[in-house]
Amino acid sequence: MDRIPILKMGDFLLVTIQVDLYDQLAETLESDLVQMVRKYNSKGVLIDISAVSIIDSFMGRILGNISTMSKIMDAETVVVGMQPAVAITLVELGLPLKGIHCALNVERGMELLRSKITLDIQDDDDYDDSDTE
Amino acid sequence: MIVILNKDAVSITREQDTILLRNRVKEWATKIGMGLVNQTKLITAASELVRNMLKYARGGVVNIEIVSKGRENGVRLIFIDKGPGIHDINLAMRDGYTTGRSLGLGLPGARRLVNEFEIQSVVNEGTTISITKWKNG
Repeated sequence: MDRIPILKMGDFLLVTIQVDLYDQLAETLESDLVQMVRKYNSKGVLIDISAVSIIDSFMGRILGNISTMSKIMDAETVVVGMQPAVAITLVELGLPLKGIHCALNVERGMELLRSKITLDIQDDDDYDDSDTE
Repeated sequence: MIVILNKDAVSITREQDTILLRNRVKEWATKIGMGLVNQTKLITAASELVRNMLKYARGGVVNIEIVSKGRENGVRLIFIDKGPGIHDINLAMRDGYTTGRSLGLGLPGARRLVNEFEIQSVVNEGTTISITKWKNG
């Protein structure tokens, strides 16, 4: 069966979707990603969709699911590289991908993930400080 | 008056056929010089309708037509299935309504993405949906 490869990079998981998505493939990616987050204790997931020319309601929902599922497992998700035509189409379709963090390219996506994770760690530190006082 | 300039058909029996259809539609849309945004809207609408076809009718046939009206060229897609049909079309066209476990965006979303949208359905006989996207529409 076809699979989209998931790469582990330190605390992050990196997914670059280079093929046309169909429903089964998207569903497999969703379950694979959640398994990998658990296996590697990943803190962030970066999904590069710059080569994806079509996102319809089903794939939009899968992206939302991935983001929500990883959040529950304490990992942040950032979707990067959406093509302008895809963005226009998604909004007109009625699917504004609420609750999904996006960035323009992989570099900025990585920055966003890092900032989110260090922010979390700082929050934890603050909590520890107030505990000792 | 709408004139049909060219015709093509893709039969849909499994999910992977969706990709074949998308590529075929893209080919024709490119041929008439449709811009990328309109192409993307048309192919996304097609993707939604093919999913419905597979889910509720286990497949069907999609006719691809290059049509012309006055000076405007466009691509018309006709989705024909012999599935269970739709009981209440008005309800099915409403945002967020679904009999499955989806978002209920398929039909209303597809209608928003194209210029012309026609649906005919007979319960227990099948559904035919015709969508047209004009080159500059």
